[in-house]
This record gives sequence, structure tokens and C-alpha cells, in this order.
Amino acid sequence: MKNINLHAIGPVAALVVLILVGVGLNENFLSYANITNVLARSAFIGIIAVGMTFVITAGGLDLSVGSMAAFVAGVMIIAMNYLVPTMGAGFSTVLVGMLVALATGLFGGAVNGLLITRARIEAFIVTLGTMGIYRSLITWLADGGTLSLDSGVREAYRPVYYDGILGITWPIIVFAVVAILGEIAMRHTAFGRHCAAIGSNEQVARYSAVDVIRVKTLTYVLLGILVGVATIMYVPRLGSASASTGVLWELEAIASVIIGGTMLKGGFGRVWGTVVGVLILGLIGNLLNLTDLVSPYLNGAIQGIIIILAVVLQREGKAER
Amino acid sequence: MKKLLTATALITLSTPLMAETIGVSIPAATHGWAGGLNYHAQATVDRLAEQYPDLDFVLTTASDPSKQVSDIEDMVATRNIDALVVLPFESEPLTPTVKRVAEDGKWVTVVDRGLTEDGIEDLYVAGDNPSFGRVAGEYFVSALPEGGKIVVLRGIASTVDNERVEAFNAAIEGSNIEVLGMEHGNWNRDTSFTVMQDFLSKFPEIDAVWAADDDMATGALEAISQAGREDGIWVVGGAGMKEMVARIRDEDPMVPVNVTYPPAMIATAIELTALRFTSPAPVAGEFIIGSELITPENAEDFYFEDSPF
Repeated sequence: MKNINLHAIGPVAALVVLILVGVGLNENFLSYANITNVLARSAFIGIIAVGMTFVITAGGLDLSVGSMAAFVAGVMIIAMNYLVPTMGAGFSTVLVGMLVALATGLFGGAVNGLLITRARIEAFIVTLGTMGIYRSLITWLADGGTLSLDSGVREAYRPVYYDGILGITWPIIVFAVVAILGEIAMRHTAFGRHCAAIGSNEQVARYSAVDVIRVKTLTYVLLGILVGVATIMYVPRLGSASASTGVLWELEAIASVIIGGTMLKGGFGRVWGTVVGVLILGLIGNLLNLTDLVSPYLNGAIQGIIIILAVVLQREGKAER
Repeated sequence: MKKLLTATALITLSTPLMAETIGVSIPAATHGWAGGLNYHAQATVDRLAEQYPDLDFVLTTASDPSKQVSDIEDMVATRNIDALVVLPFESEPLTPTVKRVAEDGKWVTVVDRGLTEDGIEDLYVAGDNPSFGRVAGEYFVSALPEGGKIVVLRGIASTVDNERVEAFNAAIEGSNIEVLGMEHGNWNRDTSFTVMQDFLSKFPEIDAVWAADDDMATGALEAISQAGREDGIWVVGGAGMKEMVARIRDEDPMVPVNVTYPPAMIATAIELTALRFTSPAPVAGEFIIGSELITPENAEDFYFEDSPF
């Protein structure tokens, strides 16, 4: 038990250090507005990263999520704009848009999953391919420019990002719910145990009567749906999608998962760790903006150092096992 | 993009033997400004192909410098182009390739981003980055005569961005304008949204924002609205995106002016190159397009309904 704590303490320690540094550097760091901003902007990556945790735990990988999010956003905006003349610019149009987003995400995830499990192509190759496909499709849908949501729908939809309950905005609430459900699914359901079993040894899992193909496909479908959920929270923020939407989200999501203690080669996953990883990444960017200590040219370098440090701390903990 | 692909295919199919061929190589539409660039390139090629039946056009778009190098090599090898109009993705890697095209005796028009070696191109068409920064800076000085506190969102770290910011700093020098902070918004809406949110947390008092690009201005405006500080802060973007031009025309107090950096400069370059083959008009040299200030009075002239940008 003690060893497991050591193993897990790395990312939490990094998060605590970051928060302490933040408090020391800027008095506004812990202000309500700043905390809300950081949590809400981390929510997109966070929701996706929870799904990514399952995919990686089961020994897979998905590079397409950033492009898929851009594509889902584009399809969703086009669908809602198309419905305005018939359904009006109210919340019913937004609801249909949300369903379109979930369906598109589910479809995208199912395509990835089936190509990987049924056609038996490496996950890296399949999702590298779909990454390019979705990125091109959004550029094509937007005709090279930016797809903008009808301003009436925009007004109806805007509260989904900016409002909430008791001062906690919707993206934060949804992120929390997804994370809690993910943690329960990983720890206390057969699905979570099967993911870990497949990730640690697919052959053994198969002999143990785990339906490997079904479980693996489901991880990608789940991730696709969560990409849809993340997009639902993303679109009301700026009301637009373009070829530059969601660029590098896949790497941020994967980095969060690994920082959080999930093993990149699969077999062990920790959803709460992923949440810590997402918060670390979100806080680094925020801190660098709040201080003038570092040249903005070096922001990427600082992020890289902290990501590596967080993982090093965690590996050292494990070595003592 | 879809129009572009089909049009390229059509041109490929219908090449008469004796016609002069002009190759156009530009970056793909990876952000709003480049989207406008693609739109104007395609529109110009369509129009000129109709106007001059003797001219053929090959249009390619590249998503990175090495793809652009391949595009240009393919144009020379398989399409036997007589002229090349190129907007280099990056100056360094494209210079040797374009130089080889020039050495083959082809006409070369370079657009916007100069090559690293002088004397390669026959014609250079470009926007004026120092004037882009200066015009914005001069506006800030005139709009804040008593001085004020501003923040700046910079583009992707590059020569273009450096020239703009240097000229901006030079223009506000000696005034009482205090630049509280400068961060890179990378010509991206999402990045600029988060950077502006953090600026708003960090500085309780901000009078104005120079966002240096309309995608960045869009993100910054949204962050300001979210923080409920619409009353105090105005934003100057740049490049003349049509949504921004419309807000200026409608006298939105948050968007008083804009500075042009027209993606339509690719049209200027293609037109001038076509003139080289269709008229005796001399077109060699440099053609620098100055940046203009868009105000509510002249906004109508800068609004292009069909352009994606």
C-alpha cells in the first residue's frame, strides 16, 4: 500500500508545487475568476483524456482526437446553421446539434476501433490516418476559412460554456462528472478490469474469456463519444471551428494520461491521475502567462521540463517497489 | 478547397500545347488569413483563365515547406511552367528551390515572404509589415492622447511578427502608453482567448489591446466579454477579416479600427505576372502594398461578402 502511494505521489507533488509557485508569484492566481478560467479551459482536454486513459490502458493509442474534435465541431456548426430556418434559433436547435456531435464522435470512434480490431491495423497507423482525414475534412468543410455559428443560435448556446450552477460553470461540472464516472468504470467494473487485462497481456486476456475485440473497440467508441462531449463544451466558447481548431489536443491528452501514472504500453490506468495531469498542463500555461519571469519564447521548454519532471518523480517512486 | 481541387483538375485536363503556363504555389488554408489567400488565388486564377485563353494556371497548396518544395519541383518537371508565383511557407527552405527555377530561365514572382538571397525573383509583391505595426501604433497614440495601459498579443514568433512589433514600439515611443504585457497568441483564436483571460486576471486596469491579427482579436474580444469588462477595453486587430470590418462599419465601440494586410495581394501578384505574358507593360521590380487604417467611414470598401476571411 505504501509503495502504491509513492508511485502515485509524483504528479500530485508536481501539482502542489505548481500551485504554491502560482500563489507566490501572483496574488490573483487563486482568485475565483482565474481558477474558473483554468478549470474550464482544461475541461476539453480533460474530458478527452479520460477516454484516452481507457484506450491507453487497453494497450491502444488514438492520435486522431484533436482533428476529430475539429471535425465534430464543424459538422455540429453546419447542422445547427442548417436547422435555423426550420427550427428557429432556440435551444431545441442546440439540442439537435449536441446529438449530432455525439453521433459524429461515436461514428469516428467506431471507425477507429473497428479498423484496429477487425482489420487488425496498428492503432498508431489507423489513427495517424484518420487524424489527417479529419483535419483535411474540416479545412474542406470550412472552405479554408472559419465556420461560424449563426449568431442567434450562438446566443442560445453561449451559456453552456459561460454559465453554470452555483458559480461553477458547465464545462467544469461536465469534466468532473466524466472524471468520476471514468474512475468508477476503471476501478469497479468488469470493463475497467478487462481494459487493464488486455493492456498487460492480450493473449492471456483472450484465454481468460475476455472478449478482447469488443472491449478494445468499445474503448475507442467511448473516446469518440467523449470527443463529442468535449466539442459540445468547446463550440459555445468562440462559436467557430477552423483548420486550427484542436491542433495538438491529442498530444496534450496523451501527455496528461502519462503524467497521471497510466502506463503508455498499457496494463495499468488511473483516471484520477489523468485529471491531475490535465490540471498540471493547464496550470503551467496559466502561470507562464501570469508572470514575466520567463521569455514567452521559452514557454514550450518550461512545459516540457515540467512534464518530464512529473513523470520522473513518478518512475522513481515505482523503482522503490 | 473543394473548388480549388476541381479547378486544378480541370486545368490539368485542358492544357493546350502552345499556351504559357503560370504555376502558383501557396501555403494551404491553415488559418483565417491563409484561407483568404486561397480564396483570392483561386478566384484570380479562374478569372484570368477565362480572360486569357492562351494562359494556363497550375495552383498548388502546401501544408508545410517540404511539401511546397515538392510541389514546385513537380510543376517544373511535369507541367513545364513558364512562370512561378510563390508565397513561400518559410523563406529559408524555399530559397534554393525557387533559385533553381529562376536559373532555368523561368519568370519568378515572390509574394509576401522574401527569399533569403537577393536578386532571385523578377517581381516581388508584398505587404508592408513595418507599416502594419506603425499604422496600429500611430492609432494608439492618437486614440490615447493622455496615455494608457495596453496589452499586446503577438503572432507566431517569426520575422513578420518581429517587424510588426518593432514598428509598433517605435510608433508609440515617447507617448505615455504603457505596454503592460506582450504574449504570443500565435494568430490563433483559442490561444488568444486563454492569453487574454490571463491578462485580465493579471492586470486590473487595461485600456486597450493590440491583437495584431483578427483571429487573435476574436479570441481576445470573447475573453473580455466573459470577464464583463466590455465597457473599458477596445481591441485593434489586423488584416481586415470581414466580421471585424462589419463591426467597424457598425461602429462597435470595442472595435474602433483595423489595419489591413490584404490576403488579396496574391491576386496582385498573379495579375502582374499574367501581364508579363499578355501585354508589353513592364512588371519587373517591387510592388509593396501599404497597410491602411480601416475606419467606420471607409469600412464598406474593405468588406468582401464572398471571401471566407
